[in-house]
Amino acid sequence: MTALLVIVAYLAVLLGVGLASTRFFQGTGSDFFLASHSIGPVLLLLSLFGTTMTAFALVGSTGEAYVSGVGTYGLMASWSGAIHPLMFAFLGVPIWHLGRRHGYVTQIQYLRDRFQSEALGWLLFPILVLLVVPYLLIGIQGAGITVAAVTKGVTTTAAGAPAGVPPWLTGLVICGVVLAYVGAGGIRAAAWANAFQTGVFLVVAMIAFVAIVQALGGPEAAAAATAAKRPELLAREGLIEPLHFLTYAFVPLSVGTFPHIFQHWLTARSPDAFKLSVVAHPLLIAVVWVPCVLIGVWAGGQLDLPPEQANKVLGIMVARFTSPVMSGVLTAGILAAIMSSLDSQFLALGSMFTHDVVLHRDADVAPARQVWLGRVFVVAVVAVTYVLSLFESRSVFDLGVWCFSGFAGLTPVMFAAVYWRRATRAGALAAVLVGGAAWLAMFVADATAEVPGELLPLGLAPATYVVLATTLALGVVSLVTAPPDEAHLRRFFRPVGA
Amino acid sequence: MTPRRVMLAVFLVLAVLHQDVWLWDDRSLWFGVLPAGLGYHAAYSVVAALVWAVITRVAWPEDPVGPAAPPEGTP
Repeated sequence: MTALLVIVAYLAVLLGVGLASTRFFQGTGSDFFLASHSIGPVLLLLSLFGTTMTAFALVGSTGEAYVSGVGTYGLMASWSGAIHPLMFAFLGVPIWHLGRRHGYVTQIQYLRDRFQSEALGWLLFPILVLLVVPYLLIGIQGAGITVAAVTKGVTTTAAGAPAGVPPWLTGLVICGVVLAYVGAGGIRAAAWANAFQTGVFLVVAMIAFVAIVQALGGPEAAAAATAAKRPELLAREGLIEPLHFLTYAFVPLSVGTFPHIFQHWLTARSPDAFKLSVVAHPLLIAVVWVPCVLIGVWAGGQLDLPPEQANKVLGIMVARFTSPVMSGVLTAGILAAIMSSLDSQFLALGSMFTHDVVLHRDADVAPARQVWLGRVFVVAVVAVTYVLSLFESRSVFDLGVWCFSGFAGLTPVMFAAVYWRRATRAGALAAVLVGGAAWLAMFVADATAEVPGELLPLGLAPATYVVLATTLALGVVSLVTAPPDEAHLRRFFRPVGA
Repeated sequence: MTPRRVMLAVFLVLAVLHQDVWLWDDRSLWFGVLPAGLGYHAAYSVVAALVWAVITRVAWPEDPVGPAAPPEGTP
C-alpha cells in the first residue's frame, strides 16, 4: 500500500508541473504545437532524451538482459548513443532551419512540400499513425506490468491469491494524466513534464540501483550468483550472433523519423541549442541502460522466470529487493520514463491530424475547432491503443524493435529530402511503398511463426532489409524519373556551386 | 580533406569499434563486478560522446538554403 501511495503522489505532482506550464501559454497554435520556438539547450536535451527513453529502455532492456545477457547493451544502447546524435545534428538542425523558414509543424508538411506530392502525405499519415500505436502500446503495457508487480498484495484475485493494481487501471490512469496536461498546455507542458520526469527517473534509477545492489550483498556477490546459475548471460556467445549485433545499427535510425522527435526539433530556440543534446545523449543513455542491463543479468542469478515473462523482471527485482517506499519511488521513476514519451507521442498525433488532415483540407478552420478536432483524434487513438493493451502481447523489447524497424525504413527518405537534390516524388513514393511492403512481410512472418523467437532472416536484423529496400527503391526510381524543378529546389538547397 | 570528411572517417572507425568480436565469449568481470562486454560498450558510449563533442566544433551542419535566402510564409 505504501508503494501505491508514493505512485499516486508522484502522479499528482506531475499533473501539477504540467498544468503549471500553462501559465506561459500564449494562446496561439505556434505556442501550443512548437512552444514558439523557445526551448533552450537544457530543456531540449531533457525533452529529447526523456522522449526516447520509454518502457523499452527500462522494462524492455532489463527483461531482454535477463534472456540475452550483457550483449543487450551493445545491441541497442551503444548503437543508439552513436547514431541518435547523428540524427539530431544532421537531420534535426537542417530541418530546424527549413521548418523556421517555411513554417512546418509536422514532417508530412515538409515531405509534401519538398517532394510536391499530395499522395506522399496521404500515404505517410496512416503509416506513421499505425507505427506510433505499438510505441504507445509499449508504454501503456510496460507501466501496467511494472505497477502490478510492485504493488502485489494490495488486492486479491477472484481465487483469493494476492494481486497488484490491475494493468487496466494503471493504463487508464497514466493515459488520463498525460492527456490532461498535454491537452491543456501543448508541447510546452510536455517539455516541462519531460524535464521533470527525466530528472526523476535518472535520480531514482541511481538510488534504486544502489538499493538493489546492497540487497543482493554487493556487486561482486550479485555477479557471482549469476556466474554460478546462468554464466552464459555474462557474454554474448550462443545468445547473440555477430551479424545480428552489427545490423542492429539500422534500428536506431528510427529516431530520424519519429513524428514526436521531429516536433521537438522544431521547438528549439536556435541550431546551437542542439549541441548539448548531441554530446550528452550517449552519456545519459549509458547512465540509464548500464544499471538496467546489470539488474537483468543479476536477476538471472536470483529468479526462475520463463523467458516469456521477462517483462516482469524489473518490477519483481524492485519489489523483492527494496523497501515498500523505495519500490514506490522507483516505480514512479519508471512511470516517469514511460509518460515522458507518451506525452510527446500524444501531441504529435494531434499535430499530425490537425495540420496534415484538417488544415490541409480546409485552411479556414477556426483555431478553437482545430485544437478540438486534434484532441478528439488523440483520444480516439489512445482509446484504441488502451483497448489493445488489455490483451496479453509479445515482449516489450520485441514489440519495440518492430516499431523502430518500421520508422527506420523511412529515415532514408528524410535524409534524401534534406541532402539529395536528385531525389524525386516518384522515388519517395516508391521508397515508402517498397519499404512498407518489406516491413509488413517480415512482421507477418514473425507474428505467424510456429517456432517462437526473434525473426532474423539470414542472421540479419529485419531493419536491415527494410532500410536497404527503401534506399534501393528511392535511388533507382529517382534516377530513372525526371529531376525536380530547379526553382523549387532553391527553397530547400543552396544554388548549385554556391 | 575537409573537417566534415575527417569526422565521417572518425564516425566510421567508431562504427567498426562497435563490433568487439574479441570479447564475444569473454565472461570475465572487470574489477570483479562489470562483465567485460558491458564494460567495453559503456566505455564506447563515453567515446561516442567525445567524438560528437568534436563534431559539434568542427563539422556542425549549416542552413541548407543559406543565410541569404528570403524567409517564406507557411505553405
